[in-house]
Amino acid sequence: MTVRSAGTRPVVEARGLTKRYGSFTAVDGVSFDVQPGEVLGLLGPNGAGKSTTMRMLYQVTPPTSGELTMFGMQSGREARSIKGKLGVVPQIDNLDEELNVRDNLRLTARFHGASPSKAREKADELLRFAELEGKAKVEVRALSGGMKRRLTLARGLVADPELVILDEPTTGLDPQVRITLWNKMEELKAGGATLLMSTHYMDEAERLCDRLLIMDQGRIVAEGTPRDLIRASLPAFVLESRVRDGADAPFEKLANGVEHHLVRSGERVHVFVEDGAAALAYVLGEGVDANRTFVRPSSLEDLFLHLTGHGLRE
Amino acid sequence: MTGHLASIGRVWLRNAWVYRDRWFYGLLPNFFEPVFYLLGLGLGVGYYVSTGGAFDGSYLSFIIPGLIAVSAMNGASFETTYNVFVKLHFGRIYDATIATPVGIEDVTIGEALWAVTRAVIYGGVFLLVTLAFGTTLDARFFAVIPALALVGFAFAALGLAFTSVVPTIDLFSYYFTLFLTPSFLFSDVFFPVAESFPPALATFASYTPLYRSVQLVRGIMQGDAPTLFLDIAYLTLFGSILLAFAVWRMRARMVR
Repeated sequence: MTVRSAGTRPVVEARGLTKRYGSFTAVDGVSFDVQPGEVLGLLGPNGAGKSTTMRMLYQVTPPTSGELTMFGMQSGREARSIKGKLGVVPQIDNLDEELNVRDNLRLTARFHGASPSKAREKADELLRFAELEGKAKVEVRALSGGMKRRLTLARGLVADPELVILDEPTTGLDPQVRITLWNKMEELKAGGATLLMSTHYMDEAERLCDRLLIMDQGRIVAEGTPRDLIRASLPAFVLESRVRDGADAPFEKLANGVEHHLVRSGERVHVFVEDGAAALAYVLGEGVDANRTFVRPSSLEDLFLHLTGHGLRE
Repeated sequence: MTGHLASIGRVWLRNAWVYRDRWFYGLLPNFFEPVFYLLGLGLGVGYYVSTGGAFDGSYLSFIIPGLIAVSAMNGASFETTYNVFVKLHFGRIYDATIATPVGIEDVTIGEALWAVTRAVIYGGVFLLVTLAFGTTLDARFFAVIPALALVGFAFAALGLAFTSVVPTIDLFSYYFTLFLTPSFLFSDVFFPVAESFPPALATFASYTPLYRSVQLVRGIMQGDAPTLFLDIAYLTLFGSILLAFAVWRMRARMVR
């Protein structure tokens, strides 16, 4: 796989980027850079403004205000040149169902200005990458969901892009298909590609992203590496339990000893603690049912809840 | 500008690739349709039609140019209504296209260009079939082909303009039933409107695009085209204005 590296200048420089639809503000003054060679994740629930931000980047949504420079070029005015350096993998597969697998790749290469012979070459290279060599002449509608997704990813790479934009690349896929796709994205990452991806999956963000922008209600609420983000805001561990009949006195006592409060949701309670083992020993000593209690590391999901007061899937 | 021309060409190419695999099945009805029309209306109805009107010669030779123009109109109309709507809303392939250096204006103009191609194929097949019904193979025969492209352009632009504003596919039946069907019946294809209709209605009919298309094709085929320049100017202007409108609406729809 060839993916161009773009030197040292940020490939994306967004300053106060805003998109309003009437009185609704989809993206509210976001500023960020995408550095060459990094995998940047946009994390947030549905409606956080991730897709709109990405659409502005790939030049199909004009910003209401703010400045956007891509590859050193002015967004909008140089849209055609900017799009020439991009690969886009949309959230919903929009493959051309009237063309076969190989022709989907060939056509996109032609749209990017490739000559007929170069387009054929590129299509064959990407069929290998997507492991679809055996399906070259097959109609797109006959592919499985996972194959379509791999083809959509491959299609995003026809222009040897300097930046690949992936909008929720694995949403709604089977677990084994997600893993295949992650492997493909890790292959790109190892090759030095610059990727900007949105997701609302924690595991995906932790596995693939070098850096995260956490978005909520059109704003960026936090920024950093997955580990740093968690460490900066939360204790290392979560003690979690399902309690019977509101018998959460041991957890109340534990919470009083640490900075963080007891959090209740339904019959579940959890307390953030620095020393997971000691906390567990303490509550078990207080007679809590060991089968219903466990310690886990703090996750991005916890961070998200902590930062926004609501969960990621809401 | 060269970027735009290349992009428009590639949108056209996509359609040509799809057509390449299907042309045989698509084209077959194109051969039968004119045969049925020419037999049923030309020879059948024509047998009963006295030649007392303003046209000389047979009824068959009167309706041939009009039916060729209608054929080009239908080719461009189907392509720019149902086919474009499906690509726009169900296949969402334009979303993928405009994420590449190809812009929505290139997509719209490329689709118009493809519809012109289909109009020339449809109308051209009809023209070819008329050779078996008395049309002679001369310079006038070949001069019809660019005229078909112009007719196709006008109706491609109109179809795209309509498609760019309709919210649901059901509304196309209005376009076909309330616009194309009356055009087909009242645009000098089957009878001279000026001789049969009240003057106000005849004048109205003479300003419709199919009427001008029929005059253009008939003028060329009969070698006597008093309104040739009017017809060409009308169809060029009509198509250009509506194509500009379609580009504007498609942009509003896709770039938001």
